[in-house]
Amino acid sequence: MSYRSPLGHARGLGSAKQGTHHFWVQRVTAVALIPLTLWLVFSLAKLPLANFEAVHWWVAAPSVAVALVLFIAAACYHSTLGVQVVIEDYVAGEGSKIVLLLLSKFAHTIAAVAGIFAVLKIALT
Amino acid sequence: MSTPATPKAAPQRPLSPFMIGPYYKPQMTSMLSITHRLTGLALSFGVMLFVLWFVCLAAGPDCYAKIAPHLAAWYGQAVLVAFTWALLYHFCNGIRHLVWDLGKALDMPTAEKAGIAVIIVSIVLTASVWALALSH
Repeated sequence: MSYRSPLGHARGLGSAKQGTHHFWVQRVTAVALIPLTLWLVFSLAKLPLANFEAVHWWVAAPSVAVALVLFIAAACYHSTLGVQVVIEDYVAGEGSKIVLLLLSKFAHTIAAVAGIFAVLKIALT
Repeated sequence: MSTPATPKAAPQRPLSPFMIGPYYKPQMTSMLSITHRLTGLALSFGVMLFVLWFVCLAAGPDCYAKIAPHLAAWYGQAVLVAFTWALLYHFCNGIRHLVWDLGKALDMPTAEKAGIAVIIVSIVLTASVWALALSH
């Protein structure tokens, strides 16, 4: 027999009250990425990518560094949400699903932090 | 952990088949949908490589000198072209999705026309970006 009360059994099984949060943030980051992506793609096209000095000088400009930090943050957030949906849709086993979700979350967090740190290091030194 | 009120055996109900496989004929809209996911998945690796590029740039000219020849080589350029198109396809089709989220353009003829527009615009944008990149 269980020592848990009927209320204890029922608690936590209802709505988490954040059912639309994932959907909404994916759209917010998508809208944010519209101008950022257009700016980035055409800026990179104009840049001599093989030239270290030119690329370094470009990243170090304050407006570029700010836009790059915004792009990396929005892209990593948007990406982690999208990969989460793909894993939840196609990975059936509960264990492998949780492992993959954690790996994706960790990889995206590391990418965001490392990317932003690298841009700031270039811009501030 | 106890899960109350779980039936002993799940009832064998028919499941709706997956959109890709022998049950449905390939449709333009479903192909664009799966391409949106595939490009999204590719871009999640792309953003990791993009970040690594900045980490290498921040590390200094020695690290950058190691990757610059690969960026300029034919395979590096091919990967960059592929990522450019994947990004711009996901970008265009993402806008198509955002319009749907507003409840507009949901009827089949408009959805298919917008789908064709996405394919054309993503290719034109990719070509313009690379025309600009190769002009200097």
